[in-house]
Amino acid sequence: MPYTQEIKVLIKVVEKTRPERVARKKRGEEFPTMSLEERDEILKRCHPDYRQEGRRALRVGVNKGYVIPDEFVDILEAWSRVEPDKVDLSAPDIETDVLIIGGGGAGTAAALLAEEQGARVVIATKLRHGDANTMMAEGGIQAATKMEKDSPYYHYLDVMGGGHFKCDPELVNTLVTQAPDVLQWLENLGVMFSKYPEGRLQSIHGGGTSRKRMHYCGDVTGMEIMRTIRDEARNRPNITVVEFAPTVELLLNEHGHCAGALLYNLETEEYVIVRAKATILAVGGSGRLHIQGFMTTNHYGATADGLVLGYRAGIGVDFLHTVQYHPTGAVYPEQVEGLLITEKFRGAGSNLVNINGEQFVNEREPRDVESAACIRECLERNLGVVTPTGRVGIWLDSPMIDMLSGEGTVKREFPGKYILFQRHGIDIATEPMLVYPTLHYQNGGLKIDPGCRTSVPGLFAAGEVTGGIHGENRLMGNSLLDVLVFGRIAGQNAAVYARESAKEGRLTLDHVRAYHKELETTGVATDRVAPMLLPDYTDPEVRKRQLTSHYQGTLR
Amino acid sequence: MSIPEEKRNNDSDKAPGIEGANVPGSIGKLIPVYVMGKRYEVPETLTIMKAMEYAGFKFIRGCGCRGGICGACATVYRKAGDYRLRVGLACQTVVEPNMYLTQIPFYPANRATCDFSELTSNPEEIFKLYPELFRCIACNLCTKACPMDVEVMDYISALKQGNITKAAELSFNCIQCGLCASRCMGELPQYHIAQLARRIYGSKIVPRAEHLSEATAASTGGRYEAYLEALMKMGEEELRKVYQEREMEPEIAAEDWVPNDNRYL
Repeated sequence: MPYTQEIKVLIKVVEKTRPERVARKKRGEEFPTMSLEERDEILKRCHPDYRQEGRRALRVGVNKGYVIPDEFVDILEAWSRVEPDKVDLSAPDIETDVLIIGGGGAGTAAALLAEEQGARVVIATKLRHGDANTMMAEGGIQAATKMEKDSPYYHYLDVMGGGHFKCDPELVNTLVTQAPDVLQWLENLGVMFSKYPEGRLQSIHGGGTSRKRMHYCGDVTGMEIMRTIRDEARNRPNITVVEFAPTVELLLNEHGHCAGALLYNLETEEYVIVRAKATILAVGGSGRLHIQGFMTTNHYGATADGLVLGYRAGIGVDFLHTVQYHPTGAVYPEQVEGLLITEKFRGAGSNLVNINGEQFVNEREPRDVESAACIRECLERNLGVVTPTGRVGIWLDSPMIDMLSGEGTVKREFPGKYILFQRHGIDIATEPMLVYPTLHYQNGGLKIDPGCRTSVPGLFAAGEVTGGIHGENRLMGNSLLDVLVFGRIAGQNAAVYARESAKEGRLTLDHVRAYHKELETTGVATDRVAPMLLPDYTDPEVRKRQLTSHYQGTLR
Repeated sequence: MSIPEEKRNNDSDKAPGIEGANVPGSIGKLIPVYVMGKRYEVPETLTIMKAMEYAGFKFIRGCGCRGGICGACATVYRKAGDYRLRVGLACQTVVEPNMYLTQIPFYPANRATCDFSELTSNPEEIFKLYPELFRCIACNLCTKACPMDVEVMDYISALKQGNITKAAELSFNCIQCGLCASRCMGELPQYHIAQLARRIYGSKIVPRAEHLSEATAASTGGRYEAYLEALMKMGEEELRKVYQEREMEPEIAAEDWVPNDNRYL
């Protein structure tokens, strides 16, 4: 849907202030950045993480008492999808060295490294191989690759500052030190990075970076990386991929070690037992829980399954009290609501402006601060723009990019978004976009050490399902990096564990029985079932008439 | 354990305005669409994906990123009275009255496996892996079937002429939905061939980033260990101070910008 006449009148206001704002950019004059004190203040006032409503204390499990959003508590305080007594674990259907749960960036990177260690690998994934948030990451991947001006020292500082100085230092150290190697690995595999003619990588700033170290592949960095490593996995004879087979429980053995998983075939509704010497949880995040009712940029399958599986097996969680809202999700047209508009638009020179065409925040604040500023502009100061569908948003002034870097830049640098908006009759090279913060990333998750080990022997975890690397807020360009750095480590270590340390033993679901018992004795009266597997977007009126239909995925 | 009667944590209608939830009152006029030939009345403002969900479909296949990039929801459709076959992504295409549609969530296509590290930039190697490349009769149905407006036939033609670079560049926006292969008279798996071309281009044709191998060697070789160790031991207050005082590369700085402080480089 193109902009309505009413909206076009408002665009005139933005156009009026644009030449002066472009001139300021050209002179290098930037909107002042906030001090740490100012950041703290705006976060407390306007960021959803600081709202007291909509959260409560966990009543079961290792983190009993931890106050986190209701949506997380709801799935953690829930029953298994299976009755443990009904599952015959004596005859596994699949045997392997390393089982990887999740077929996104972390899982696929893990598979490649595990296979190189000589392991037989099974990837079990809920949807198709590669259907994951990795695919959707647009902006880029951080790494200190330009030694004359950058080093892991500065990368470390930026990660820490972005995460409110709460990040796990060991994990951050691993992240920033391994970063250049990951890019080198990707270049070897054939990822088409945006480069200068002589081969030098192009790089730009992201929110909260002190050096321009965001590397990218047009505006489809995640897709380019995901399709390349997936292609490589398909070349490896010892990697088997089982699609449309989400995991519904981890399996332990009599020694308390992780020994595989119980999968569910979404299409035939059969349960499948996989016995593995080592298991990697790489199941991704949770945007589809719609924390605090926010729209999300996330993939259809991002339903926090990994938190449920890991928590039931006794692994602690951390940083789930914070959730990342990306400052710029599209709010118009309605069809693209929630869609991620990468920070690269701001990196390339677009201002965020209010209904009066005024700037109100520096475009390179960390994501949480930037989001809080957008929310303040709309809800506190009432200077947002109301869309024809009744949403409120602010302007992302993309036409500045062509004025700063020459006509055709938007089309060339942002081909994905350009085509998409063009289909709806909006030319983002000449018309600004309407945006608002959108649920983007699960900052927290399962606790791991720098070797991706969890507290359960034989169980490793990597990627968005883990917590600690990004503290209370992740910087742009560090999630693609995170999934690859820690995915590779998890694959490597799981393969070595499978070869050298794994102990055979009888499979059990006793941990699930114990969890059920705790639910009962703690008096958590619930009829909820988890993991969710897939969200349900059926019209409520239709659902009322589905008398014998699904209530948890395809569980009847 | 009792299986619950009532669905709980899947309720999307408790949060008004979230993506996918259909909020009564804001849905607009209802129009007829035909999903695999069967008629449903759906709001005219919705995408095919949301319209199908509105009608009561719950996707297992045919739904992925919901953002136009993963290729899971390729859809073909015709409009009543029109011979022309049209294509779109269900998550990006808005419904139209009397649209007859079906999703193509999977289409079998041959993919050649290889040891990628052994390949060179010689196009002969692609020809050997995908001899069907030369079955292309240049009918251009692939290009017409592409929901991303990729010039599919042009990149196939470029490859036939041995121009891997051109094929890689032309195919860059491919989301590997497979619709090209579904329409191909020569039975080519275009998107797999293009993937191979892009990887060969990225790894073996375009010049390598020399600064990257240097930085990798330095970083994994332990050059920054002591600097990082010091940061890891630092208390929060001091760390905050160092953070606040770190030198910022200006937004408009040119590629050859260097900082004044080079103690930690």
